[in-house]
Amino acid sequence: MSTHHENPAHDADHGHHDDHGHHTHADHGSLKSYVIGFLLAVVLTAIPFWLVMGKVFDKSSVTGLVLLAFAAVQVVVHMIYFLHMNTRSEGGWSMLALIFTLMLVFIMLSGSLWVMYHLNHNMMPGMMESAPESIPQMHDMHDMNHMQ
Amino acid sequence: MSDTIISSNGAMNAVPSSRFYVREHHPENGTMLGFWLYLMSDCLVFACLFATYAVLGRNYAGGPTGAELFDLPLVAVNTSLLLLSSITYGFAMLEMQDKRQRNTLIWLAITGILGACFIGFELTEFAHLIHEGNGPQRSGFLTSFFALVATHGLHVSFGIVWLVTLMTQVGKHGLTPENRRRLMCLSMFWHFLDVVWIGVFTFVYLMGVLP
Amino acid sequence: MLDHIDLIKLIFGRLTWDAIPYQEPILLFTFIGVAIGGLAVLSLITYFRLWGVLWRDWITSIDHKKIGIMYVILGLVMLLRGFADALMMRAQQALSFGDSAGFLPPHHYDQVFTAHGVIMIFFVAMPLVTGLMNFVVPLQIGARDVAFPFLNNFSFWMTTFGGGLVMVSLFVGEFARTGWLAYPPLSGILSSPDVGVDYYIWSLQIAGVGTLLSGINLIATIVKMRAPGMTMMKMPVFTWTALCTNVLIVAAFPVLTAVLGMLSLDRLVGTNFFTNDMGGNAMMYVNLIWIWGHPEVYILILPAFGIFSEVVSTFCSKRLFGYTSMVYATVVITILSYLVWLHHFFTMGSGASVNSFFGITTMIISIPTGAKIFNWLFTMYRGRIRFELPMLWTIGFMITFVIGGMTGVLLAVPSADFVLHNSLFLIAHFHNVIIGGVVFGMFAGINYWFPKAFGYKLDTFWGRCSFWFWTVGFYVAFMPLYLLGLMGVTRRLSHFEDPSLQIWFQIAAFGAVLIALGIASLIIQLVVSYQRRESLRDTTGDPWGGRTLEWSTSSPPPVYNFAFTPKVYDTDAWADMKSNAYARPLEGFLAIHMPKNTGAGFIIAAFCAITGFALIWQMWLLAGLGFASVLAAIIIHTFNYNRDFYIPEGEVVRTENERTRLLESHV
Repeated sequence: MSTHHENPAHDADHGHHDDHGHHTHADHGSLKSYVIGFLLAVVLTAIPFWLVMGKVFDKSSVTGLVLLAFAAVQVVVHMIYFLHMNTRSEGGWSMLALIFTLMLVFIMLSGSLWVMYHLNHNMMPGMMESAPESIPQMHDMHDMNHMQ
Repeated sequence: MSDTIISSNGAMNAVPSSRFYVREHHPENGTMLGFWLYLMSDCLVFACLFATYAVLGRNYAGGPTGAELFDLPLVAVNTSLLLLSSITYGFAMLEMQDKRQRNTLIWLAITGILGACFIGFELTEFAHLIHEGNGPQRSGFLTSFFALVATHGLHVSFGIVWLVTLMTQVGKHGLTPENRRRLMCLSMFWHFLDVVWIGVFTFVYLMGVLP
Repeated sequence: MLDHIDLIKLIFGRLTWDAIPYQEPILLFTFIGVAIGGLAVLSLITYFRLWGVLWRDWITSIDHKKIGIMYVILGLVMLLRGFADALMMRAQQALSFGDSAGFLPPHHYDQVFTAHGVIMIFFVAMPLVTGLMNFVVPLQIGARDVAFPFLNNFSFWMTTFGGGLVMVSLFVGEFARTGWLAYPPLSGILSSPDVGVDYYIWSLQIAGVGTLLSGINLIATIVKMRAPGMTMMKMPVFTWTALCTNVLIVAAFPVLTAVLGMLSLDRLVGTNFFTNDMGGNAMMYVNLIWIWGHPEVYILILPAFGIFSEVVSTFCSKRLFGYTSMVYATVVITILSYLVWLHHFFTMGSGASVNSFFGITTMIISIPTGAKIFNWLFTMYRGRIRFELPMLWTIGFMITFVIGGMTGVLLAVPSADFVLHNSLFLIAHFHNVIIGGVVFGMFAGINYWFPKAFGYKLDTFWGRCSFWFWTVGFYVAFMPLYLLGLMGVTRRLSHFEDPSLQIWFQIAAFGAVLIALGIASLIIQLVVSYQRRESLRDTTGDPWGGRTLEWSTSSPPPVYNFAFTPKVYDTDAWADMKSNAYARPLEGFLAIHMPKNTGAGFIIAAFCAITGFALIWQMWLLAGLGFASVLAAIIIHTFNYNRDFYIPEGEVVRTENERTRLLESHV
C-alpha cells in the first residue's frame, strides 16, 4: 500500500528503526504474551462451549448473557495479547479508531434491533393485536419473526 | 529568522530561513494506520451481517433451526484450528523480529495450513447443509447464517492467498522493511478474523442452539 | 447440440441484441449524439497525438493534484447527464396532465428519476467533494502527496468505471426503476427481473470500494503527514472537515457494501434477506441503507462547510471566528449523524417511541450547523468583504441552505412528516440543502482553487451569470415544489389529473431552464477563461490573499508541492508567515523522493468493471475470468517493489528558480 521507501543512503539508519517503534509499531509482543493470550483464549472458549453443550443453565437468556460476556472478554484478550492494542500505538489514533468503531457497532446493532423489533411488531402480519378487519394469514408465516 | 530580508513574496535571501521551513522531512509511514482503518471498516461490514443475523436469525420459515443443524463439536474443532493459527502467526512475527527468515516462513506455512483446514471443514459443513436442502435459500435464518459465516470464510481464504503471496515475496526479497510492514498488516488481518470468529461461534452457533 | 447452446449462454449470459434499445427514439438520438461527440473527442486526441500524454501524465498519474482535477472533471461531466435527466423530468411533469401523457412513458420515466438520483449523488457530488479534498488537503497540510498515492489513483478509476457502467446502461439494457435507493421487494428478483437493478448494484459496489479506500487514504494523510508544528488544532478548517468527512466515509460505506451485497445475493442466488416470504424482511434493507444514507449526506455537506470557512475568512481578510467551536461543531455533527437515520422512514411504522427518539436527535443535529452559520456571520462582521465569485456562492449558500435546513427541522417532527413524507415537499427540502449547500459549495471551491490548479483565475462575468442563473433558477424551480408538497402531491409521479397543479409545474420547469443556463454559463466561463488566461494569470500563487499553506506554492504547484516542508506555528499558517516577514528560500534544494506513476490502478479497475458487467448480464465465464484477472493484477502489482524515484536536485533547482524569476518579474 505505501510507497514511502527509504533512500538507499538512509537504509543503515532506518534498517532497524521499525523495531524501535519510533513511528510505526509500538509493540510486537513476546513469546510469553502470546502464550498467555492463547491459554486465556482457550479457557474463554472452552467454558462457553461447555455451558451450551452441557446445558448448564436452565434459562436461555441467562446462558445468552453469560456467553456474550465471555465473548467480550475474549475479544479484549485478543486485542491486548495478539493485536497489541494499547493507547500509544499510532499516537493514540488506533485506540480512537477502535473506540469509535465499537461505538458505531453498538449503535448499529442495538439501533437495528430496537427499530426492527418495533417495526416487526407493528407491521408484520400475524403480529398485530389490533389487526383491522380480516387480513388473510398465510399459514407458513405463523412462526416467522420470533424476535428474540 | 533570516538576517537579510524581506518581502512577502519573492525573497532577496541567500540562506533558507529555518524558522518557516525544514530542509528534509520524512513523514511517518501510514501503512499500519491505514490498514487498521481498513480493518475498522471491515468490522462494520461484519456488524451489518451480525445485525442482519440478529434480525432474521429466528426466521425459520417452517424449516430447521440452529439446534437441529449445528454440529457443535465440529465448530469447536474449527475454533481451535483458528485460534492455533493465530498463535502460530504470532510465532512467525517473533521470528520476523529476530530476523530469522526461514523460521518465519515455517511458522507462516503452518498458519496457512491450519487456515486451509479451517476452510476445508467449513466447506464440508456447508456442502452437507446444502445437500440436505438447508442451503442459504431455505429461510431467512439460513440466509443470514450463510452470509455471515461464508463472508468470514471468504476473508480467511483471501488471507491464505495473501499469505502464500507474502511467503513468496519474503522468499524472494527477504525480510525487507516493506515485507515486514506487509507481514504486520497480514498479522493484524489474521488476528482480526479470529476476533470476528469469536462473535460468530458465540452469537451464531452457541446462542443459535439455545431454545 | 446441447453443449453448443450452453456455451452461448455461458459466454453471453442474458445479453442479446434486444438489449440495445433501438426502438426508443430519445435513446437513439442520445446515442447518436454521444457517438458523434465521443468520436470527435477521440479524433482530436489522436490528431494532436495526445494519447501518450494522456496515459503518461494523467491516466497513470498518482499525483493528488492531477487526480483531484480528474475527479472534478468526472463530476462536471456527469452533472450534464444528471441534469439532462432533471430537464426531462421537469418537462414531463409540466406537460403530463389529464389526457396528455407527456413524452416519457412510466417505464422510461422511472429509470430517469432513478438515474438522476444515483448519478447526482454518486457521480457528481461525491467526485466533486473527493476531488477538491484530494487536491487541497495535502497542500494545506504541507505534504507532498497523500499517504497512499497508488491507492488514490485506483480509487479514482474505480469511481470512474462505476460511473461508466451507469452510462453503459443507457445503451445496453436499461437502468433500475426503483428510485435511487432501490428498496426491495421492488428491487428484488421477482419485481425487477431485468438488468436495471443489477447495473445499479454493481456500479455502486465498484464506486463504493473506490470511495472507501479514498477515505482511508485521506485520514492516514491528515493524521500522519502534517507539516511539523501543525497540531490538530492548527489545521485549516477545510482539513478538519475533510478529516471528519473521511471518517464518515470509512464508517458508512462498508454498510452500503454489505447491504448491496445482500441484495445482489437475493437477486442472483435466491437468498431471503429482503424477500416477502421465507423469513426475509424488506424493512431491514430500509433500515440498513439509511444507516449508510444519512452519514452520506453529511459526507457531502461537511466539505462544503469547510470550503465556506476558508472562503469567508479569505474574502473578509479576517481570521475565522470561533475556530474551536467550528471544530467541535464538525466533530459533533460527525458523531450525531449516526443517530438520526430513522427520520428517513418515520412512516414505515416503528411507532411513537422510536419515532420520537429519532425526531429529537434530528432536531439536535441542526444545532451545531446553526453554530457554524453564526461563526461565518461573525467572521463577516467588521471584515473587509470582497465580493469575488467564491464569496458570492457563499452568500447564496448561507441564505439558501438555511431555508432548506429549516424545512428539514420541520420534517424532523414525525407527525408533520407523516403528511409530508415522499411528497414534493421532501424533494424540495433535500434539493434545497444539496444544491444550496453542496453544489454552491463546490462552485465556490472550484472558483476559489481554480487559479491554484491551473495558474489563472476564472472569468468573473460568466461566473456571475452562472451564479445568478443558478440561484434564481433554483428558487423558481423548487419553491413551487414546496407548495405542491404541502398540497399533497407525491414524488416520482409522471402523470397528474388535477389541472390546477399544472401552473406550478410549469413554473418549476422554467426554473430548470434557468439552471440549465447557469450550467451553460459555467461551461462558457471555463472556455472563456482559458482563452483569456494570460489576462487572468496568477503569477504569485496567492491571487486572493489566502491564509492557508496552499497559497504559498506557485500556481500550479510543482509536482512535489513544497521544495522544503513548511514549519507551522499558528492556524492560518500562510497568513502567519506573511505577517512575520518570512523569506522564501532560494537555494539549498535537495533531490525529492516521489512515487512513480503506474497503470496498475487503471488496469485493476478496468477488470473490476468487466467483472461487474459480466455479473449484470450473467455471463458467468467472463465474470469468472474477470474476477481472476482482478486478483492476478493485484498480486502482480504487489510484486512491484520499484515504486518510487528521486526528482534530481537539478530539476528542483530549475523549478524553484523559475518561480523566483516569475515572482521578481511580477513585482
